[in-house]
Amino acid sequence: MGSNIPVYVMRRIAIMIPVLIAVSILIFIVIQLPPGDYVTSYIQSLEKQGGVINAQQIKAIRHQYGLDLPMYERYFKWITDFVSGNMGRSFALNEPVNKLIWDRLPLSILICSLTIFFTWLISIPIALYSAVRKYSIGDYILTLLGFLGLSIPSFFLAIIMMYYGFNWFGANVSGLFSERYLIAPWSIAKFIDCLKHIWVPIFVLGVGGAAGTIRVLRASLLDELDQDYVRTARSKGLSELRVLVIHPLRVAMNPLISTLGWLLPTMIAGDVVVSKVLSLPTIGPLLLKSLLYQDMYLAGSILLIQAIFTVLGTLVSDILLAWLDPRIKYS
Amino acid sequence: MKNKKSKVGISQRKLIAKRFFRHKLAVISLIVLAVFYIIIIFAGFISPFSANKRFNRFLYAQPAKIHFISKDGSFSLTPFIYGNNITVNPVTWERIYSENTNEKYYIKFFVKGYEYKFLGIFETNIHLFGTDNKNNPLFILGTDELGRDLFSRLVYGGRITLTIGLIGVVLSLVIGVAIGGISGLLGGIVDNGIQRLIEIIMSVPTIPLWMALTAALPAYWPMLRIYFGITVLLSLVGWTSIARVIRGKFISLREEDFVLASRTFGGGHWWIIRKHLVPSFAGYIIVQATLLVPAMILGETTLSFLGLGLRPPAVSWGVLLQDAQSIKTLAMNPWLMLPGVCVIIVVLAFSFIGDGFRDALDPYTKS
Repeated sequence: MGSNIPVYVMRRIAIMIPVLIAVSILIFIVIQLPPGDYVTSYIQSLEKQGGVINAQQIKAIRHQYGLDLPMYERYFKWITDFVSGNMGRSFALNEPVNKLIWDRLPLSILICSLTIFFTWLISIPIALYSAVRKYSIGDYILTLLGFLGLSIPSFFLAIIMMYYGFNWFGANVSGLFSERYLIAPWSIAKFIDCLKHIWVPIFVLGVGGAAGTIRVLRASLLDELDQDYVRTARSKGLSELRVLVIHPLRVAMNPLISTLGWLLPTMIAGDVVVSKVLSLPTIGPLLLKSLLYQDMYLAGSILLIQAIFTVLGTLVSDILLAWLDPRIKYS
Repeated sequence: MKNKKSKVGISQRKLIAKRFFRHKLAVISLIVLAVFYIIIIFAGFISPFSANKRFNRFLYAQPAKIHFISKDGSFSLTPFIYGNNITVNPVTWERIYSENTNEKYYIKFFVKGYEYKFLGIFETNIHLFGTDNKNNPLFILGTDELGRDLFSRLVYGGRITLTIGLIGVVLSLVIGVAIGGISGLLGGIVDNGIQRLIEIIMSVPTIPLWMALTAALPAYWPMLRIYFGITVLLSLVGWTSIARVIRGKFISLREEDFVLASRTFGGGHWWIIRKHLVPSFAGYIIVQATLLVPAMILGETTLSFLGLGLRPPAVSWGVLLQDAQSIKTLAMNPWLMLPGVCVIIVVLAFSFIGDGFRDALDPYTKS
């Protein structure tokens, strides 16, 4: 079946393209929904400050931003520019969207990937323990903690972390660096300082995902542990750890891989809120600001990039799954 | 099998109830939720003050310390609070509260307070508890920046947060069951189209999509309309998961023998849906719905917290948490985190109940 994988991947990518086009239309409609546009809110704020603006100028501004075109033309212009790598200009921040996003995207990606790594790092051993010691006190406590992890709104967890960070360590754990390293050039001390801060968002973002992953992994491990091949492996005299890791864990990894598809969007969504609370320079707070100011090109581009990541995440996890599990049919 | 069951006398429904009540956490959660919902139904009666009543003398007042034993060691069956000495730190302008043990104010039940409509039926000013001294009000959970009673605000905030979750889920259910049912029943092009639509909606991360949609609600709308707007927006995204599940159920059940049997006996489309399909996945819908409530509640609190959902003077738990954004304020006034604790409790309770339902409805659960 291995030779079929390239065909499968090609077909999946072929399906992805129309989905993404439809998603971009949906996003474009959504960001057009607010009544008025950036220019109306701009005029309002100008008039509040006592400024006067005549109809001629309004028309010129509208024309400059392409806001006088009919909607489908605006969409077409936006999407062709987006594909060719030009995401337009932010109204409110008066900078190219490309620059704004590229300044912040690497940190978002770094935090997301570290979080996925952290999620798996803690959930695999916990799920193994919970499955092997099923219904023990430890399992109950971990299950309860898992429920708690799923129930805490991520922004509230961030608030709690800040509170205890402040009360116990007397340190402000928000931001990415301490004040004195903010504008300092990169050095080992600055790197260490960064590590002292970055674990907070990773922990906050990872907890929800880890709780979900542990549940899935524990359930699938429980299914596997009763299988005959486990008994065979054990009767061959393998150590308990090897029995677990070599066979059932490998099989149980499949749902884990398929959760990669939803881990990414949860993280992207969580990033928006958590970064706001912890004042991190990721794209989350930028999206919030752009939505509040009706900065539609910025908002649209960020939403579309997030959607692309989500779709890509699903694609990657499907491909990994197809590659890892020969039982899956590619139809 | 059937005969045996009827001899023992346990109906399917009773069996499910019996299994549900064995799930301790689910039962406790049910009680907890019942308490929460009773409190918000009788919000006017239970809250000592109206949600936006300001006490300018009591900014950031601590949660009241309720005493039974007075300083000289005498015991009183009626709990009481001491009066306050309020001093202001001349440097930081912080208010420092200390107890004035010379003044005692007893906590009484059924005291007179602000006017409200009991259950929306008649006007009254009787409240469950409070002190009867106007100058020394009882703030059991403290006050906020503007001297508003946190407990009263929590009660009124709960009204919005807890109902948005429920109404949102009902709306999602209606949309989800209708569209999912059509999709599963008709199949073909319609099914294909609906499935692609769901995929497209699901490709945009939920919170950012909700953010973009709520940003579109005009700020000048009255509070009630914003409230319904948010509920509708939450369910416009939330229905997709339900529709998927329903469609899957329809497709798998369509092929079942009992459906075929009913059809051969002349059962029509609606007859089969009503008599056979809906009962066989009703339980499943309940589970899905219970598990969707937390997502809606978390959605509302997150959006309001970000300033995109409900805005003051409307009160919801998310709006209340806006006050807990600054670490400096929090470090001084940790009780402002309480709305978050309420969110956690309610979300946990809904999850446990959903879990309990699922176990109870699964005929393979060992009983």
